[in-house]
Amino acid sequence: MSADILNSLKIFKRELTPAQVVKKSREDRFMAREIIDGIFTDFVELHGDRLSGDDMSVIGGIAALNGQPVTIIVIDKGTDIHDKLSKRNGSPEPWGYRKAQRLMQQAERFHRPIITFINTPGAFPGKEAEAQGQGEAIAKSILESMKLTVPMIAIVYGEGGSGGALALATANQVWMFQNATYSILSPEGFASILWKDSKRSDEAAAVMGLTAKDLFEKDIIEYIVPESHNHPRVFNLIRKRLDDEIKALNQLTPSELVKQRRARFRAF
Amino acid sequence: MDLYENKSSKEKIKRDASVNDRIPDGLFLACPYCGAQMYNKQLGEFRVCANCGYGFRLQARERVSLLTDSFEEMDADIQMTNPEFPGYAEKLARAQSQTELGESVLTGLATIQQQKVALGVMDSYFMMGSLGSMTGEKITRLFEYATSHRLPVVLFTASGGARMQEGIQSLMQMAKVSAAVAQHQEAGLLYLVVLTDPTTGGVTASFAMQGDITLAEPHALVGFAGARVIESTIHEKLPKDFQRVETLLENGFVDQIVPRESLAPMIAKIVKLHTSLEE
Repeated sequence: MSADILNSLKIFKRELTPAQVVKKSREDRFMAREIIDGIFTDFVELHGDRLSGDDMSVIGGIAALNGQPVTIIVIDKGTDIHDKLSKRNGSPEPWGYRKAQRLMQQAERFHRPIITFINTPGAFPGKEAEAQGQGEAIAKSILESMKLTVPMIAIVYGEGGSGGALALATANQVWMFQNATYSILSPEGFASILWKDSKRSDEAAAVMGLTAKDLFEKDIIEYIVPESHNHPRVFNLIRKRLDDEIKALNQLTPSELVKQRRARFRAF
Repeated sequence: MDLYENKSSKEKIKRDASVNDRIPDGLFLACPYCGAQMYNKQLGEFRVCANCGYGFRLQARERVSLLTDSFEEMDADIQMTNPEFPGYAEKLARAQSQTELGESVLTGLATIQQQKVALGVMDSYFMMGSLGSMTGEKITRLFEYATSHRLPVVLFTASGGARMQEGIQSLMQMAKVSAAVAQHQEAGLLYLVVLTDPTTGGVTASFAMQGDITLAEPHALVGFAGARVIESTIHEKLPKDFQRVETLLENGFVDQIVPRESLAPMIAKIVKLHTSLEE
């Protein structure tokens, strides 16, 4: 199946270097609101974690996917400079992850599949974030999503930065956009930790194996979403595929869904 | 002009950071937390600062011998077989010979004051306790064993976070261990975490913060992001006790801070309170 997808989509004809993919993944190729409107209908946004606040960098709510109700959670980097500043360029605070947890629990209660869209350089490294338990918030997101009895699919559409991305990516399937990255750390951080020189980030990108192609070949992800400047085409493809995969996952019993998700990660 | 330039007489006396390097054989030590200097022997068998109670970092095997009445190691032979990343194999070999461990965690069956537990102890001397895929494998197996034998898990965390050399595989360990924790939890079993100095990054963002009960050693550093990363992000100096467990206790993320010498009786007491009904 692996070679099949890579060939049939013919998406790697003009292959970019990993460093180029890193650059591309950080461009605002697809915006959060655009993704929501392009794939789903009847979106109702739901705010707040019911504990301490509402993190605008995590958009959550309910919507219809080809008529089927789903819960969606989308990390948003923001559109203009002010928006980006207020959303810390898509770096969630602990209360952003707790909002996601609340919506996951709600999805469970109403037997709604969960779809997450991830684009984050990482969880926000801030003073308040630490005081409010950034580590605990991510840890709980991961733990709770390991118990969900509804189908969950995670899609990395830009940067998939470390634990901050994993918090919303412990799903039954994980997909990536063609020019997205998913990694343990940014190439800059990686180079600075291992070689004490953040300027060697291009070199780091090359050895980190963070492109969709690398991760697909290592069985870390299930599917690569081919990108195109024709966004409606991309969204139509995602809608169709989500619909198919969720139908297939819905054939499983709740306990089989949990088992499949845990087994998926047990293999690593 | 001399009047203004001659500042040498007012130079402050600073704690000499290199003191540990210059005095032979660790005869004298400086407490990494409070800076107090003391004789090595003053630390006693628990290796605790007499001034502030900070517990000096222990190797996993030292910890086990201090804590347990008996210990039977599990999965001792599990280790990375194909370290591909340049220089990784050498680093791993050095860590293994220094710590006498195959990986950054030591796991096994232990009795702590007559209480039988599945025990895991991370070793910060093994590549900074980083979370490699075999670290994750050993902890996952510990939970799986505990689930099938209906045992509580006691885990001492100490980690700098993810293991860079393993890339995404390291990140996946956070999810893998969490799945095993979930399974253990659903079986109605106790998971007790003891946070030790330092516990950061991916370990904090997964199994270190998933315990039913969370204890911590005095003054241990526990956090998600590194202090330097935070300072350079928010352009602010962080307060002294930022990310110390005393602050975490205040913020509600730790159940109790327990001095090292009281850990064994405390763990035994908690485990007993969870098993007496079953037996």
